[in-house]
Amino acid sequence: MFKIILAVVGRDLKLAMRRQADIVSALFFFIIVVSLFPLGVGPEPDLLRTLAPGVLWVAALLATMLSLPRLFADDYRDGTLEQLALAPHPLGLIVTGKVIAHWLCSGLPLALIAPVLGVQFDLSAEALIVLTGTILLGTPALSGIGAIGAALTLGLRGGGVLLSLLVLPLYIPVLIFGAGAVDATVSGLGGEGHLSLLAALTFASLGFAPWASAAALKIALE
Amino acid sequence: MLEADNLECVRGERRLFAGLGFRLAAGELLYLQGRNGSGKTSLLRMLLGLLPPEHGEIRWHGQPIRKLADDYRADLCYLGHLNAIKEELTPLENLLAAARLADEDLSEDDAIDALEQVGLAGREDLACKYLSQGQKRRVALARLVKEKRPLWILDEPFVALDIAAVDWLAGLISGHLQRGGLAVMTTHQPVSIAAGTVRELRLG
Repeated sequence: MFKIILAVVGRDLKLAMRRQADIVSALFFFIIVVSLFPLGVGPEPDLLRTLAPGVLWVAALLATMLSLPRLFADDYRDGTLEQLALAPHPLGLIVTGKVIAHWLCSGLPLALIAPVLGVQFDLSAEALIVLTGTILLGTPALSGIGAIGAALTLGLRGGGVLLSLLVLPLYIPVLIFGAGAVDATVSGLGGEGHLSLLAALTFASLGFAPWASAAALKIALE
Repeated sequence: MLEADNLECVRGERRLFAGLGFRLAAGELLYLQGRNGSGKTSLLRMLLGLLPPEHGEIRWHGQPIRKLADDYRADLCYLGHLNAIKEELTPLENLLAAARLADEDLSEDDAIDALEQVGLAGREDLACKYLSQGQKRRVALARLVKEKRPLWILDEPFVALDIAAVDWLAGLISGHLQRGGLAVMTTHQPVSIAAGTVRELRLG
């Protein structure tokens, strides 16, 4: 079971390394969007501290969305997806591998750069740690839920817009609890409750999403 | 043994075929013929288990393929008209990745040997995007060289190949049949397969 997941993750990471532009452009999108806010809103530390969690999280959602349309589209176009569906393993496991690889290429870099960007918003060290933690904990859920949308819109014309319409509403709980945890920490309430709920969301979506995506992919392949 | 029983295929509003059945034993080749749009590829996708038939059943060694699922797919090797190779990877990496995903043990030496046989010696480490159409097809065909799985399903395998490669591939399929394998194939080109029993099925 783990062998096939590792094989898919290994293949997708190798492909991503050969095509670094995808990772780098999502990362730069995140950096630029987040950096525009302090410039636009003005240097008012209290206001920036209030804005920070929401801005960083919304930017993270949008940056994750950028790479979603290609999650299955490339494999679909060149026929690899058929071969994956014909592998002697449940398709859900293969999709799990693809979701993990997607997270390693999109969510993980965002979490690593987030504390640096948080400094622009005058966040305390504690809030920065919680912010990084929430992004680390929440982005796997984004990759998982996004995979369902990517599978459902596979092969459609204008699928990118439809994908955003499908997936962004489903991202709302992750946004609320992710940004909420940082907010609660900044205001001194403690973010443990939010973090637990965020972890629950991530584990639930990592458990369910690959199988839902696999069902959608089978329809796309018919 | 692969059996199909009373298959019916409906695509959109059109019924492509109905009441279709065949039986294919070890060492036999099924040669699907028919004009464009007669349902050859749909039939292949049914045999792969990707497209559920409207009616009827497909059995592998007496068991319905829907029930066998992973066990059936473990016996099956499919070559579609898409090459299923990644442009960014080299032919060698493509071959090894495909083998790992299909749960096969393919050593690097075997993979290099397979690429030599399809005439890609010296190009193992060149990214596939720099290869010609025919060479990409050869990378896809290299998968068949070391293939041990008993059932081959080939959709237009001879497309984009030169004459020598067509002969080579026909030989490869003959060898597979001689070892007791089964093959289902569509093609528009007249190709002679020396070994095994050739059955024909004409659609439309």
